[in-house]
Amino acid sequence: MDVLTVDGARKRFGDVIALDGATLALREGELLALLGPNGAGKTTLIRAIAGRVHLDGGQVRVFGTPVSGRRTPAELGIVPQELAVYPLLTARENLGAFGTLQGLSRRDLAGQVAWALEVTALADRADEPVKGFSGGMKRRLNIACGILHRPRIVLLDEPTVGVDPQSRDRIYDMLGGLTKAGVSLLVTTHHLEEAEARCTRTVIIDHGRVIAAGTLPELVDRTVGRHRVVTLRTDLPVASIPPGAEILSDDPRVLRARLSDVARELPPLLAALGSQGREVEDVEVRGPSLQSVFIHLTGRELRE
Amino acid sequence: MIATLVKIAWTNLRRDRVAQALTFLLPIIFFSIFASVFGNQSEGSTARIRIAVVDEDRSELSRRIAEGLAKESALRVRAKSDAAGSSMLLDRAGAERLVRDGDVPVAIVLPRGIGDAIMTSGGSIGAAGPRIQLLADVSDRVAPQMVFGLLQKVAMTSAPDLIMQGGLRQFEQYAGEMTPRQQSAVKAWLQRLTPRGSDANKAQDAASGVLGIGIDTVDVMRQGKTESLISFYAAGVGVMFLLFSVSGASGTLLDEVDSGTLDRMLSTRLGMTGLLAGKWIFLALMGTAQLTVMFLWGRIAFGLDLFHHLPGFFVMTIVTAAAAAGFGLVLATLARTRAQLSGMSTIIILIMSSLGGSMFPRFLMSETMQKFGLVTFNAWALDGYLKVFWRDAPLWQLWPQVLVLLTLTLVFLALARTFARRWEVA
Repeated sequence: MDVLTVDGARKRFGDVIALDGATLALREGELLALLGPNGAGKTTLIRAIAGRVHLDGGQVRVFGTPVSGRRTPAELGIVPQELAVYPLLTARENLGAFGTLQGLSRRDLAGQVAWALEVTALADRADEPVKGFSGGMKRRLNIACGILHRPRIVLLDEPTVGVDPQSRDRIYDMLGGLTKAGVSLLVTTHHLEEAEARCTRTVIIDHGRVIAAGTLPELVDRTVGRHRVVTLRTDLPVASIPPGAEILSDDPRVLRARLSDVARELPPLLAALGSQGREVEDVEVRGPSLQSVFIHLTGRELRE
Repeated sequence: MIATLVKIAWTNLRRDRVAQALTFLLPIIFFSIFASVFGNQSEGSTARIRIAVVDEDRSELSRRIAEGLAKESALRVRAKSDAAGSSMLLDRAGAERLVRDGDVPVAIVLPRGIGDAIMTSGGSIGAAGPRIQLLADVSDRVAPQMVFGLLQKVAMTSAPDLIMQGGLRQFEQYAGEMTPRQQSAVKAWLQRLTPRGSDANKAQDAASGVLGIGIDTVDVMRQGKTESLISFYAAGVGVMFLLFSVSGASGTLLDEVDSGTLDRMLSTRLGMTGLLAGKWIFLALMGTAQLTVMFLWGRIAFGLDLFHHLPGFFVMTIVTAAAAAGFGLVLATLARTRAQLSGMSTIIILIMSSLGGSMFPRFLMSETMQKFGLVTFNAWALDGYLKVFWRDAPLWQLWPQVLVLLTLTLVFLALARTFARRWEVA
């Protein structure tokens, strides 16, 4: 079931077109990655879903209800890219404050704060001022403040930016726990490996338009295909390039070939090089990845 | 390398309008304000002092003194009971009320029998009998002194002949009757003292400096209390720093914009109106606490009579803090950055404080500047505090200040709400 749909969203800021008919759907209980180069329109799309950007055209629906006005729908939880917590307050005080603003009753608040501290593994630091926390702890608290009221949909804008790999894993474990509980998550990220490994589906946006959406195999099939890229390095420049291979860059010792069946096609390639008296120093076999899909679609690398 | 640094600094300055305003515009504005206040550019001389004159004696001498005061170019005399100049002459109570209400800084009372007393004593200082009274608001340290001097001059020069006659009668009473030759000489002398025609100035010159009259200054505001201008300074400095502190504290709004906390709060059930209301209430409470601490310190360290003025103090403090909080929110919602807020608030608050009387009393300014100062927030707040602490005004008399400050509060809040729309929906 689609819990959130964006249909033909358009938004222009002066001469800049931020959204140009973006369309996507978020399914119940999935972790959907929203990828795109800088300036592609990701943040504008997130803000439009949250009701903070008035669209020039198109519509956003949350559980079938159009998002309008200045209020964020109660079913949504927002986790901004910035560390939107009060550094001089403790973790418990921050959670208490945002929980109250979200409308939690006093009775529910204590339970929800305890739950959030447990989920974020911050219970042992709950009464310390946030300013002394590590980047990863602040990020986890930032997420906790957005999910405290148990929203059914959570929008997370770059939730792992600037944190170490261990903290990223911890954050994604936390998000995985939410999806298991039926919460639907829309995450923008620059970490393709994370999106590839952790997210159910991926939406790629560029120039304000959604240019691809689906699971990784679906995207691979639609773009780069399932062949492997094999890169070979020889000790000396090759005398003649074997069929199906090409010289990569300016170095005549590096060859690249696209192989649909590595086990069958790689041995003849190695044999052809050996017959020229060349010794193969290195072999790299790369399968289709989200990065290759992304580069194929946008023509650009995705950098943090 | 040094040239590169200079170029970078110059480029930064050239592109930072707030820094340009602080560097070049603010000094010019302050220079103009101080020059207007103390230089009286528009009027060309020191402002005329408004005084009230009460003639209880109705003698020839008191009439001449009253007329002499009216002719003084440095004074603007009011002798009638209403400002329109009705036929009702002022009485002592009316004059005292004018001083208490701040309409005039000084009132001169010529008491019954003063004419006879001066004539019989020959105007000698310290003579027994009724003495001229100067009802003054001593918070104005200039006007009573000037009026005192002018009154001495006018009393001695407007009727030198009458005073001399009185003196001679006293002389004859104790020293015996003068000879015909002496009487003839006196007569010639008295003719010279009579202030008529071209000899009038000579007559004044002849009399002035020789004689003096008894004048008592009565402080109608304090009536024996010993404290000085502490309440004025507490209010003046307090209001100025209140504005600085609320504008600084309201800058947390900009911090919250930068940190994303504002976005997060707007995604809750709070909404922008609720958010601004919360900020305003906090700033108003903080301002109330700040002013209370300031006046308490005035009580502890300088003997300010706070506890006898508590109702008026709290009324003025609450409405002042409420309006200041609204003002702070306007600045914060208008500014784009913390640096812009800091520069803008410094300029506006210093200008308002100098025009509004926080830096120097408005009653020392020309009338034009006093009226102009009423466009500022500070002037209304300080007028209210002065009414409470100096004029012992009952609460109901604070209504103009309370009304203006409450209206300003509503205007400020409406402006802040309007400016804050930019953060709500793009």
